[in-house]
This record gives sequence, C-alpha cells and structure tokens, in this order.
Amino acid sequence: MAFDAQAERKFNIVGTRVARPDGIDKVTGKAAYGADISAPGMLHGRILRSPHAHARIVSIDTSAAEALAGVKAVVTGADLAQPEDEGFADVAINCLARDKVLYDGHAVAAVAAKSKSIAKQAIRLIKVDYEILPHVTDVDAAMKPDAPVIQEGRALETVPAGMSQNVTTHCQFGHGDLDAGFAKADKIVERSFKTAATHQGYIEPQACMASLGSDGRGEVWCCTQGQYMVRANCAAVLGVEESQLRITSSEIGGGFGGKTSTFIEPVALALSRKSGKPVKVVMTRDEVLKATGPTISSSMDIKIGMTKDGRITAARGELRYSGGAYPNATVDMGAQAAFAAYDLEAVETVGWNAMTNRPKEIPYRAPGAPTSIYAVESVVDELCQELGLDPLDVRLMNAARKGTLSSYGPTFNDIGLVATLEAAKAHPHYAAPLGPNQGRGLSCGFWFNFGGNTCVSLNINDDGTVGVVEGNPDIGGSRASISMMAAEELGVPYDKVRTVIADTSSLGFNDITDGSRVTFAVGLATIEAARAAINEMCRRVAKIWDIDADAVIWEDGCAKPAGPNAGIHPPMTLAEIAAIAGNTGGPIAGHHEVNADGAGVSFGVHLCDTEVDPETGATKILRYTVFQDAGKAVHPDYVEGQMQGGAVQGIGWALNEEYIYGTDGRLQNAGFLDYRVPVASDLPDIETVILEIPNPGHPYGVRGVGETPIVPPLAAVSNAVSRAAGVRMTELPMSPPRLLKAMTG
Amino acid sequence: MRYVKPESFEAAATLLRDEDGISRILAGGTDVLVQLKAEMVEPDLMVDMKHLPGMRDIVAEDGGFRVGAAVSGAEMGEHAALKMMWPGVVEGVELIGSSQVQSRATMAGNLCTGSPAGDSVPAMVTAGAVARVQGPDGVRDVPVVDIPTGPGKNSLAKGEFITSIFLPARPENASDAYLRFIPRTEMDIAVSSAAVSLELDGAGVVTSAHVAVGAVAPTVLLVKDAGGALIGSKLDDAAIAGLVRAVEAACNPITDKRGTIEFRTKTAGVLAKRAAHIAYTRAGGQA
Repeated sequence: MAFDAQAERKFNIVGTRVARPDGIDKVTGKAAYGADISAPGMLHGRILRSPHAHARIVSIDTSAAEALAGVKAVVTGADLAQPEDEGFADVAINCLARDKVLYDGHAVAAVAAKSKSIAKQAIRLIKVDYEILPHVTDVDAAMKPDAPVIQEGRALETVPAGMSQNVTTHCQFGHGDLDAGFAKADKIVERSFKTAATHQGYIEPQACMASLGSDGRGEVWCCTQGQYMVRANCAAVLGVEESQLRITSSEIGGGFGGKTSTFIEPVALALSRKSGKPVKVVMTRDEVLKATGPTISSSMDIKIGMTKDGRITAARGELRYSGGAYPNATVDMGAQAAFAAYDLEAVETVGWNAMTNRPKEIPYRAPGAPTSIYAVESVVDELCQELGLDPLDVRLMNAARKGTLSSYGPTFNDIGLVATLEAAKAHPHYAAPLGPNQGRGLSCGFWFNFGGNTCVSLNINDDGTVGVVEGNPDIGGSRASISMMAAEELGVPYDKVRTVIADTSSLGFNDITDGSRVTFAVGLATIEAARAAINEMCRRVAKIWDIDADAVIWEDGCAKPAGPNAGIHPPMTLAEIAAIAGNTGGPIAGHHEVNADGAGVSFGVHLCDTEVDPETGATKILRYTVFQDAGKAVHPDYVEGQMQGGAVQGIGWALNEEYIYGTDGRLQNAGFLDYRVPVASDLPDIETVILEIPNPGHPYGVRGVGETPIVPPLAAVSNAVSRAAGVRMTELPMSPPRLLKAMTG
Repeated sequence: MRYVKPESFEAAATLLRDEDGISRILAGGTDVLVQLKAEMVEPDLMVDMKHLPGMRDIVAEDGGFRVGAAVSGAEMGEHAALKMMWPGVVEGVELIGSSQVQSRATMAGNLCTGSPAGDSVPAMVTAGAVARVQGPDGVRDVPVVDIPTGPGKNSLAKGEFITSIFLPARPENASDAYLRFIPRTEMDIAVSSAAVSLELDGAGVVTSAHVAVGAVAPTVLLVKDAGGALIGSKLDDAAIAGLVRAVEAACNPITDKRGTIEFRTKTAGVLAKRAAHIAYTRAGGQA
C-alpha cells in the first residue's frame, strides 16, 4: 500500500501526544496480567527442571508424586504429541524433554495440585534417573569436530560436510572483489570479538491459565506477544485442532521479543486435560532466566580496509552464533545486517550457527543485528582512530543511501541514514568538550522491519463512536497509535475511538507482535478498514440524498456532496450516519486483511560519552543521544520511549549483562542480582532526536521503530569506553574486572 | 512452619534453644523472606522479634548510641545525631538493598547473616561496635568483629541472638567512611569494600586509625597494619601507599562470577585509600 501522494499532509491527531488508553489501569494496579486470572476449581502447576547441562533421561518415576494427596495430574514429555514439523517438534521437546535434557533448567515433568505448596512437594517426589553426558556451552568449542553433539541430524544442506553436527546453519552474503578491494586500502584492521548471551529482562515472568476439557475444547489466558502463535504451538503440541482452542492475551509486562514463543501454555493444557481442571502456571524469575530465551552468544572476526581519506575499500565478516540447544536462523539476520549501513564495492559476510547446551534462543529486539554491527562499528571506529579521521565524517562518506546496492542484496529505496548522521553531526552533543578519562563513541544501527499478516475490524457504533478490533498484543503503546490513525482517517476525536485486542476466535489470523510491525502493519490495515467504513458511510448517505455514491466525499469527519451535480445537502456527521444505520442497510463496519509488505528499513545513530575509572574499571555513561528515522512518528512519546528503552537495554548488554556458565555447564546467575540490568541511577537522561523520512510503503509514511534502537548501543558504548580507557575493547560485556584487566595489562 | 511472637527475650531464647529443627529469627526479614521465597530454606520455627522492648529504638548511652536489632536502615539514616557521630556506619547500612528494603533491613541482621560482603559490617568493625547478645543463660556483650566466622556462619550459640548494637562515643576531630565497589550504582552486592575510622589531633595528624575490608576474605577483616600505616601522618602519599600495601597483603579473596582475586585485591586497596581521604576530611583534617 503506497504512501499517500498528497504532499505535506496536515495531520490533526497523528503526531500529537495523547494519553494512553491503558495508562490508568496500569498505574492503579487494575490491569490484568498473565498471573492475574483465576477460575473456580483451579489447580496450580509447577515444572520440574533438569539440574544438568546435558544428560540422557533413563527413566522418570512419577508414582510417589501422583500418590501425594492434593496432586491431580503429573505429566512428562510422553503426554505431548510428537509433531512432524521440526519447528513445532522443537517447541514440544522444549516444553517437556523427551529423551535428553539439553540445558540446565530444561523442563522434564510437571504437576498440577490443589495448592502451590503441594505442587512444590510433589515436584520433589518425582525421581528422574539421568545419564550425564559431556556438555559444551561455548560457541567456538561447540564447532570443533570432537565437541559433544547436542542434537544429531539437524544441519541444513548448506553446511559443508565434515563439520561438527552442532553446526546447523551456514549463510553467505555480499558482492564485489574482496582481494581487489583490500589491495586498494591504505589501512586494514582485522579483529576478533566475543559477546555474551543476554536476556530480554522483561519484568513480568511468563504466566498462563489453561483449561482443556474431555470434549477437546480449550481456553488459554496468557501473557504473550502473539495469541495466534500460542494457538498454533498448543494445537500442534497437544494434537488438537486450532478451532477448538481460544487464546486470550493478557496485558503484557514487557516482551522485547522474548514472548514470541511458548514454554508453559502446552504444559498447563496437558495438566488440565489430565486433571479435568483449569491449571495456572507462573514462572519464577529463576525459571525465566534458565529456561526462556536469551539471545545468541557470539564469536566474530571482522576485517575492513580503508583509504587514508576514509573510504572503505572492502569489508569481510565471519560470524559464529549459538542460539542454544536448537537450530535457528538468527545468524542469517546478523550477517545481512552487519554492513547494511555502508555503500560498499566489495563486501562479504559469512555466518554459522552452532548448537550449545544453553536454553533455546528467542528473539530479542533486532535479533542477530546488535552483535554483528557491534563488531563492524568497532573496527570502523578503530580505523578512524588509526587514520586520524572524524568518525561521523567517515560514516557519512560511506553511508548507504537511496540506490545503494545493500550488502545483503536488495537495492535501498528512500532511507534516512544520511539525514540521521547529519542530525548527529549538527547536534551540540557531538561538539561538547570531554574531560580526562572520558571518551565519545558512536555507532550506526540498522533493522529490516517487518509487515506481515494482519486483520483489522473497525465498527461504527450507533452513538457515533468507533471500535477497532485488532489482534496484536500491545507492548509499546500500539492501542493508542492505532486509535490515533483510525481517528485521523475518520476525522473524529481520538477519545471517540477505542481499540481492543481480540482473542483468537474473534478475529482472523495475525502474525506475532514482532519485527517492529504493529504500528506499521496494523496501522496500515486500520487506515484501510477506516476507508472501507468511510466508503460504506458515503454509500449510505448517497442513498439518503438519492445521488450517486461517488458524488459523496468524506471530509472533516462528515459526508459532503461533491461536484456540481451532487446538489446542495447539509453535511452528515459520522454520528448522524451511525444513528440511522439501521434504516439505511444495517450496521456499518470496515475490515481489512493483508499480508503487508513495504515495511521500510530503519536506521539510527547513537552518540555516547563515558568516563572510565582507571583504578576500578567502572564505566559511567555521562551523556547519550539517540537519532532515528521514524518515517512518521504517530505518537512521539512512544517513539522516544522505544529509542530510550533500546538504548538502555543496549547499554546493559555492553556493560554488565551476561549469561555466566560454570565449568559444570550450569547457569550461575539466574536472578536480577547477578544478571545485572541497568538501574535508573546508572543512566543519564537519554536524549532523543526523531527524524521523519516518510516510508513509501505506508499511507502516513510510518516505519517501525521498536528494534533499531538496541542495535547501535553496543558499539557506541564500546567505542566510547575504548577511547576513554585508551585500549580497544573486543569482548562484551565490558564488566569492571574485564575493563580493569585490559587497562592495567 | 511455626510462627511465634514471644513475650520476652528470655522466652525467645528458650524457644530457639529447644527447637530441634531449623529456626530463623525475624527482625527486618530482608534475608529470611528472600531465602524462603527462593526455597533455600524451610524453617520449622520462625521467631518474630520486632515487637520486643528496645528492638526498634535508638538510645543515647555513655556518649554513644545503642541501636536496637530491628531498627531499619531508613530509621538510622533519619537519625541526625547518630549520622553525625558515625557517618561511615550509617552510610554502610543505607547501602543495603533498595529504598523499599531500607525500610526493613537491619544492621544486626546484616551482621548475623554472615556475608563477607555485608555492607554495614566493615564500618561497625572500625567503629569498635559491640553487640549485645541474649541467650538462654543470660546476656553477654561481644565485639562485632567476633560475630561472623565465615560465609553464612556466626559465633552465636544455639538460642542466642542479638538484641542491640552499641556504637561507642567518639572524640573530637574524628570520623569514619565506608565505600564499596559494585558494577552498578545501587541495588547490588559489594565486590569489595572498605571502611576507615580516624582520629586526628588539633594539627590534623592521625592519632588513631582503623581499617576494615569486606568481600575479600571469608569474613570482614580488620587490617591492623593498614590502620598503623596512617598513624602519625596527614595522609601523605607514603602513608597512603603503606595503607594500600597492607590492605592488598591482607586480602584473601576468591574468584567468582562477581570478580576475580586480582580485581578484588586491587579495588579493596583503592577503596581503602578513597575512604581514608573521606574520613580525614569529615574529621576536619586539611590535606
């Protein structure tokens, strides 16, 4: 769907900062999250998890647990279906292991009991006989031919023969003559980098309540980024039909990509099917960190050549990612994104994924991109330092723009990178003086963005108000943005529109809330649904006025006669038309169903000032500014919130967050004390500058904004720290012991 | 689990002595409740002490202060006279946990928990604080430095518990300071820490100095040589170098997820140096 060609469209509501519809409920504690719903006769579910990184399950004896008074059901992997589809099969064995446990925290069995304390006792009565197997948690070690094999036979055809069976994915992108390019360089820097796995760190642990009767009909209330995805996974894992499951998404206490899979809903349904009662399962923080999805961990080599005046002549990257104990394609996205910000004659990126004894990777904002771009932007920064060049000028000189053949294949349309870099250069932050032990870093960031399958219904109510029904859980203020777009298109005030999120039985299929797609794709479908409703209202009014339908136009929230032959009629408001809809043909609604493309890629630039304590290795973030192209910022508060939130999560990734495994393969920091997300006092106010380069693929020019902001911080912080500390850092996180060691040798 | 609110200290001590299973004392509860929630322990007996006489009071005594074992960090931070006399002790207590935890967390609980990283302990040690211990056989006073015996362990006998901590009077021209190293700026646990308590003469020369370090050994350490290095000085470079050397020599840390031996040793010295300068300035010294 194309950008509305009307030049300089004046928006009345889009671009303002209206109150969010879910705000009062959230600040008063009324909002219902995943754990907040109970039902008569409800049981409490609890999951037994593996203490071992890698082991064969010899036997599971549940008899003592089943005999405990108050226990109503015990399930193991044998109670789940074995889907043929590999993706669903992975979900099933991740929900409850079958033959092997693949990581510390892997679910093995579950109980449902009349109370939480009985469930806790029952879990301890389950006897699992394990045969412990050798384990591997490091990606480089897992790729060695003699490494313990996590799963056999999972490699894609693209993986060359003779490698460890842990290597599941191989990909390659690029163009041009690398040798010729490097030969033209005045300076070549080649560096290796490592990054630790991090977790999305949402505040609300996964929680659900599920019921599945002997008639095969089921209901699930759960905290998720996609109720239709939950339905598909549960149907496959339980062996029931999708039509028989109704999934309702709760309010969501953070997702960031981490709630795009299922861990507990199929288990709760299996317990309910066995016990005949509704079952609630709520994960603890320990379970969230051990068994839900962190990001990939990575090991990367980057080589870039540059002329002495700053032109990049050739660039090559090799990425080795591990997404835990299952195959995944995140490295493809990392490899495609790595050099996307640059207009390059010769570039190649090669990616590998290897399985390790870690939990299954689940997306985290812009999956794959933050790490590869961190490595690339670190090398670009080092080249700028070595050659004495301004890092912003070098990026401007090499920036991808409209018409650039991207490093991953497509040719770019209208993109905002140059404008974003120019905004950073003109900003007072870039010229501000620095003191001793302080350094300034910057990085570009990129994300593809996504459109996808979307359904919207828009109902004109008889009192002149409007109801929008959409199918994507609201993790970033999307209900407000969608109401704003509906109000804008219809010409009614924002507070006349209420947007609700449908359960899976009330609206057609919608893709997950992911890929920064909702404001773009659901917004687009809402605008089209509004236009459909407008067409119908114009048709009804034409009937009343007894003129042709195309002689009625919609303007300022009213139907008006158009053209010399339409006659003279007083305009009819939406409320007037709605009030008599029963007399003109019945209820009025608009619908739109689309698999949206044209999401429009997004670029950002981050500037970061740090101060490093040379005696302790502590890093302080002094100042931080985010510049990003939003296409059109529908609700600027939420756009700024995305930019700030992404920056903060990226700062955490850069400085302290990491999955720490012991030599026993067990996760050592499954809690928020030792898994260190930044606290408010660690951070300055994150400044934001929104640029608006309209996306040609959306009627209002909207681009997704949710993921790009987590991409630049890793390199922006690392470049700032490296300059402040006088030593190039190549491993994340740059925790104080690691930084102090690098500084003192 | 039995929850009991005894009517007297003596009754509490008897209850604790006679319990065959696992017992826990509830004052602030900021460790006990976390342990329960994390399922680290399931006590058979929980004895609530908060309501007993003096447990929630800060009382002036012999020129110093007696702080009840259930007095919270927030209450100590709001007590102007206590804070003026022992700023290092109070700032250590105030670093425990979050603002919410501060309204419950206690100095006595932090001491009895036996963590080498307890934030209130180093400054209590350098202050020469004394714990009043109630037991089945009566009351005894024990220097704070003698309470912890290792990670999670203390020297109290079965049935014994702390009812108050006494912070003694301090002379003119004296003060203290506490610093810790954490990777964040709050809500964290010390990777290393140091407290310094100094007394100066009228000319700003150190006449008495005590230095303690935390998280660098199985218990908080009082480093006598480090204090000795400062005596007779105005914290000149040589004295500070002696302090750092003595602290580093005393450190006996472990490498774990929070820090390495090398990092803990180095930062303990740095923190002791910085705390010494703060205490010196607070005591009215001019470098």
